[in-house]
Amino acid sequence: MSSHAPILEARGLVKRFGGVIAVDHVSLVVHAGEMLALIGPNGAGKSTCFNLLNGQLRPDAGEILLEGRSLAGLPPRAIWRLGVGRTFQITATFASMTVRENVQVALLSHHRRVWRFWRAARETFVAEADGLIAQVGMREQADRPCGVLAYGDLKRVELAIALANDPKLLLMDEPTAGMAPAERLGLMELTRHLVRERGVACLFTEHDMDVVFGHADRILVMNRGRLIAEGNAAAVRANPAVREVYLGSGATSGGH
Amino acid sequence: MDFLLVQFLTGLANASALFLIASGLTVIFGVTRVVNFAHGSFYMLGAYLAWTIVRALWDWGGREPWLFVLGLLLAALAVGAIGALVEILLLRRIYRAPELFQLLATFGAVLIVQDITLALWGPEDLPLPRPRWLRAFIEVAGERFPLYDLILIFVGPVVLGLLWLLFQRTRFGILVRAATQDREMVAALGVDQRALFTGVFFLGSALAGLGGAIVLPSQNANLQMDLAIIAEAFVVVVVGGMGSVPGAFLASLLIAEVQAFGIVLVPKATLVLVFLVMAAVLMVRPYGLLGRPQAHARAPTGSVAPVIRAAPFVLKVVGASALALAAAAPLYAGPYGLTVLIELVVFVLFAASLHLLMGPGGVVSFGHAAYFGLGAYGAALGVRFLAVPMEVGLVLAPLLAGLFGVVFGWFVVRLSGVYLAMLTLAFAQIVWAAAFQWVELTGGDNGILGVWPSPWARDKALFLWLALALCIGATVLLRRAIYAPFGYGLRAARDSELRAEAVGLNAAQLRLVAFVIAAASAGIAGGVYAYAKGSVFPTYISIPKSVDALLMVLLGGVQTVSGPIVGAVAFHGLFLTLLQWVEWWRAALGLAIVALVLAFPEGVAGFVQRRWEARFGAAS
Ligand SMILES: Nc1ncnc2c1ncn2[C@@H]1O[C@H](COP(=O)(O)OP(=O)(O)OP(=O)(O)O)[C@@H](O)[C@H]1O
Ligand SMILES: [Mg+2]
Repeated sequence: MSSHAPILEARGLVKRFGGVIAVDHVSLVVHAGEMLALIGPNGAGKSTCFNLLNGQLRPDAGEILLEGRSLAGLPPRAIWRLGVGRTFQITATFASMTVRENVQVALLSHHRRVWRFWRAARETFVAEADGLIAQVGMREQADRPCGVLAYGDLKRVELAIALANDPKLLLMDEPTAGMAPAERLGLMELTRHLVRERGVACLFTEHDMDVVFGHADRILVMNRGRLIAEGNAAAVRANPAVREVYLGSGATSGGH
Repeated sequence: MDFLLVQFLTGLANASALFLIASGLTVIFGVTRVVNFAHGSFYMLGAYLAWTIVRALWDWGGREPWLFVLGLLLAALAVGAIGALVEILLLRRIYRAPELFQLLATFGAVLIVQDITLALWGPEDLPLPRPRWLRAFIEVAGERFPLYDLILIFVGPVVLGLLWLLFQRTRFGILVRAATQDREMVAALGVDQRALFTGVFFLGSALAGLGGAIVLPSQNANLQMDLAIIAEAFVVVVVGGMGSVPGAFLASLLIAEVQAFGIVLVPKATLVLVFLVMAAVLMVRPYGLLGRPQAHARAPTGSVAPVIRAAPFVLKVVGASALALAAAAPLYAGPYGLTVLIELVVFVLFAASLHLLMGPGGVVSFGHAAYFGLGAYGAALGVRFLAVPMEVGLVLAPLLAGLFGVVFGWFVVRLSGVYLAMLTLAFAQIVWAAAFQWVELTGGDNGILGVWPSPWARDKALFLWLALALCIGATVLLRRAIYAPFGYGLRAARDSELRAEAVGLNAAQLRLVAFVIAAASAGIAGGVYAYAKGSVFPTYISIPKSVDALLMVLLGGVQTVSGPIVGAVAFHGLFLTLLQWVEWWRAALGLAIVALVLAFPEGVAGFVQRRWEARFGAAS
């Protein structure tokens, strides 16, 4: 699809939980400026893939390369420093801080200014934080604590945080869950714009097929830990194995 | 060899009493999730009641063994009833309150029970008369071994068996097991929780009471029993795994044997040894020998912490005025007033240092007095062995405290929740034990005297200014750190470790640095206190001192930056007033704590802040 160099390359990833093989020899490549969707029914292993990619979990086998550099054994914080931004399926923000402070913390960390004991943190990187907040459409809510935000808004904050380190790779686990349909399209539009403009590589999952088919350059389909199909929207839609998973016997999930 | 056997049997005998009290504690925790400080008080009451009941029975029917056993059982039942009463009157009202507040309320109960016991039985140790059969010995491999201890060896396993039957065969027992595994589930099934909880408190307290009663023949009933046993009981429960009765059994054997042989190997460091064993077990198995990860760890101080805002202008004016007023005290206050003020200033820093850990850090330390004490001893040891002047002593204080902060903190920040709290308690007990037992170094119970300020600071007014400069200066620095990027990083790690690590923050490292800063700050407070008093004692490191710090922080409100300051002033004011005006000041303090927990579950400053914001809106 894209002629750019690969940003992320994963080869033969395997992850077991006890007897369950959550991720079973998954290989994938994401290029700069590309939106790659990873879809599949509940429990397919999508989030586990994300957790392997950002170092949350150690793979039992396989390797992960970011711009050709192996990520083996690195903790999430080190992988973040290499330019990987992540949003979580179940949002994780700092509940006792305002939206702006959440982004400020990410910026402080990115600029390696956390080990400061004197100057007030609220006065640091204000403009930069406000820029990111405006980008994700949270300007009006910049002073509200994350503890009281609606779920869809938390997803936006997560995106702003993920953008704070000027990432090369964005990992977004269900970025539009909890949003109204119009909002979903807006947020994905924004993401696609950023991806194109800055040459970011983006891997995302979604249960909303409109979002997936409307915004992905390429789609990977996963079921029970394995990749079962790959291609553009039309190819995936037509794929019998995919139809089987989504419409056949195991119709556990579709868009919701 | 024979000597080892006897030592081993002694360990087994001691394990029984330890198991009785620990099994009660662990059952109560498993079902209600209350960390019950008052459990030691039930143990103490068991001993006192047994003393009264057994003697009454003996007066009536002669000193027969069966009347002795009957007396012990009656005492246990009576303590069980008292435990159920405490549950109904107090704990029932605070199951929904944050864990720490529950803990404080149970500590309030400890103080109340202490004074009631004092009032009823007086201050003297009470020995049980020992008829011939209680003094009998048997020959074990050529050594004399008390028959009573031999019987005790079997009490533990028998009680374990009875508990097993209770938990397997009765509806109550099955409910207890179910609730231990999943409390919400049992609630959802429509079980009468009130009756279950009261029943569990009856059972747990009766076990503690029996534990206290069976040690009566070998240890007199005395007023120190409660806190002496509670630390050990916590160790056993934590080592065994919170909520696990078989775990408590194994752990009581382990701990009792460590003590029995420790007395032979390192007579001066038995307590240290016990707590080291606990620390070692927790490092290998963070949930104890047979424990399981807690299903859902609640935030230690309530659900979501509020946003920290810059202090409103009014508050800054109030703070500056208070400081000016304190600095001008020599103009209007007498020597007693200055002494009180110096103590107050010391406690403000002590509380503020703990607040950094508890509030922004989310690390609840039960043993913060360790660092206060280490500061005090750092200065005092410098004076005693190196004859250093005060200026150097005040540098040694935070150094020693900070050094131990590094070592202990390295372990502590790797745990969470109740286990973390118990490890901090254990470390504090290690330090206390060293101060208490290592007489050559620390003077033991007699402490170290003659820790006087340098000549220029002997004047009370000058010393007050010195204390203000050091303690309030350090408090201000701590406040700045909370508002600075470091404080934000620390709060980030507390709010969501997952997110913090995903944006490049090292949560454990942030917490460790906070721990060391808090320890060193408490050390400064301890150092100033040592010079203010002219002496240091092991009591500076005792559990009540750690609880004082917790009280000050919680009284003020964990989630407000000014909280610890308000809390320290309020607590010390309350304490001194009670001490001066009320004969039964412990009971009064305990009642005050209980009342405060019931009235202000968010702390005084938190309460005021909420009222303020409701009235004038949030300042931001
Ligand atoms: N920490 C874990 N321990 C044990 N099993 C796990 C763990 N995390 C995931 N699993 C299992 O791995 C499988 C894949 O889970 P995963 O969360 O990756 O699915 P998913 O595709 O993200 O599903 P969803 O669409 O519901 O988010 C599931 O069977 C899940 O139960
Ligand atoms: Mg998922």
